[in-house]
Amino acid sequence: MSSLLTDRALLWLGALLYLAGFLTGLVALTRRQASAGQRTILNTFLVGGWCFQMAGLYVRGLAVGGCPLGNTFEIVQFVAWSAMVVYFFVGTAFRVSLLGLFAAGYAAALALVSLLIAPWDAGHGSKLFGQNPWIELHAALAVFSYGVFGLLALTSLMHLLQNWSLRHKRLNGLFWFLPSVVQLDQINSRLLALGVLLLTFSLGVGAAWWLRDSASVDLPKLIVTLGVWFVYLVVGLLRWRARLVAVRFAWVCLVLFFLALLSLGPVNSSRSHQVILTPER
Amino acid sequence: MESSLPVLFLLGASHHTAPLAVREKLALDEARAATLSTRLQATPGLREFALLNTCNRVEVYGVAPAASVAQLTATLGEVTGCTGAELAGVLQARVGHSVVEHLFAVAAGLDSQLVGEAEILGQVKAAYDGALARHWTGPVLNRVFQKTFQAAKHIRTHTAIGAGQVSVATVAVDLAGRIFGDLATTKVLVVGAGEIGLKTAQAFQSRGAGTITVASRTLANAEATATQTGGWAASLAELPELLAAADIVTCATAAPGHVLTADLVATAMKHRPARPLFLIDLALPRDIDPAAAAEANVFLYNLDDLAVIAEGNLARREAEAAKGRAIVAERTAALWPQVAQTLGRGE
Repeated sequence: MSSLLTDRALLWLGALLYLAGFLTGLVALTRRQASAGQRTILNTFLVGGWCFQMAGLYVRGLAVGGCPLGNTFEIVQFVAWSAMVVYFFVGTAFRVSLLGLFAAGYAAALALVSLLIAPWDAGHGSKLFGQNPWIELHAALAVFSYGVFGLLALTSLMHLLQNWSLRHKRLNGLFWFLPSVVQLDQINSRLLALGVLLLTFSLGVGAAWWLRDSASVDLPKLIVTLGVWFVYLVVGLLRWRARLVAVRFAWVCLVLFFLALLSLGPVNSSRSHQVILTPER
Repeated sequence: MESSLPVLFLLGASHHTAPLAVREKLALDEARAATLSTRLQATPGLREFALLNTCNRVEVYGVAPAASVAQLTATLGEVTGCTGAELAGVLQARVGHSVVEHLFAVAAGLDSQLVGEAEILGQVKAAYDGALARHWTGPVLNRVFQKTFQAAKHIRTHTAIGAGQVSVATVAVDLAGRIFGDLATTKVLVVGAGEIGLKTAQAFQSRGAGTITVASRTLANAEATATQTGGWAASLAELPELLAAADIVTCATAAPGHVLTADLVATAMKHRPARPLFLIDLALPRDIDPAAAAEANVFLYNLDDLAVIAEGNLARREAEAAKGRAIVAERTAALWPQVAQTLGRGE
């Protein structure tokens, strides 16, 4: 078995553990068993899935000689991995009920879709970061911020569900276990600030190198990347000034993340020097 | 069966057997409870006893020969002032393993008027602790009560009989928790200084609400209610300012029209758009304009909404009660042979 098959096998294991965590959490929820024991089982699956995913990305990184962000498959895997990293911190700090279940479903969906769509992993940029660790840091931070925005989309979805249940007086089932509106709003604000901070730092690092070699970045990538950053920054400012709050804020965060995900396509396709790694993948 | 052999018995009345008028007569204040205890101690043949005295039940659990148990009915009538005819229809007497089964069910909240309420377990514990401290209990009741507490805890842990609130005031407090999480930082505004306002304010106070302000047309009434809830008093004239500062507003006035109009709520929200406002309308006719609910970040619940939630929770608890009763039956069957052995009989 080649090392490239091994990395996919590890990533499959990670994705399946996320899925197992999501399913066991869902079953516990339908049986209204939100106990500490159930949370431990869910978190065990998530930690296991995250470790296998990290191992898979590590093996892939060794194979490509750098941070594995060379194609859509790797980027999506990295976004799911980043979201789980943030979840481990947010979940521990705020003890947000149901966030583990939502994070498990989200990570499983991203990881499985990226594994199932073969063309996403067909090509790989050669000498992607030009052996420049700063550009590699820029890329890793940018994709990590997408992980943060992904988790923000999840907590925004939870906010919308809680708001809907309270307004429509439908307080049973899943809604019973959702965190409070105020707690979700606070988490959303903090995640948005963290994501914008990471993306700003990433773009700052990238800009420093772009000034030296402006031809290294295509115009579509530049516009899309700056556009995503600018819109998130504006949303953050509007939230800070209490001009965009509650349900509208949650909707914007949710929709914006899907648009940001779609922007990964043009950003990735703007890269030159695509090569095919292995025919079986 | 020989009448001289001791039996485990229960003698008493509860909301299941006695109407409110009789329960009022049976209810024991401190002095009458002490009198009854003294009389029980003096009852010939009564080896052990414990007295459970709550707002909905008066029950004597004990160990005595069957002949002595018969005398206790008369004692109970004399202490409470109830006639024999009044007691005849309402007093329940149980003997043997059904006493254990009943006590398990009572302590777990399965026999309560609001199924699954938790207060009764504390009351049973207090009754037992009092009897133990005064050496009224012995080997039989000690074992039965210890096993009762284990069974009650098991049932509350392994079934959902305690899930969800079942009174309007506590449902409102529960909902506030879903909106604000920790209530310690919330500001509660109670509009109306009547009994409903007081009870709701007390429910929020018991859950650790940050500050409570009581507003009423008559400042003296507001001050009286505020004093009982550790809150502040205010006049209704200050309502616009109070509303802008409040997180939770409960209205229960006798006003014929809307006390909180949609415009008033909209104006208040302009001052605090990021902070949710929870409006609870407990008045009939309604105090809060239903159109206020259209405002973003405003959650409005009226009396019917809260009652529907409470009834739903109660129905779910009653559905869970079947699981609790199965556990009671199982645990009674396991315990009874040991109790019977202690009593010196082999049932």
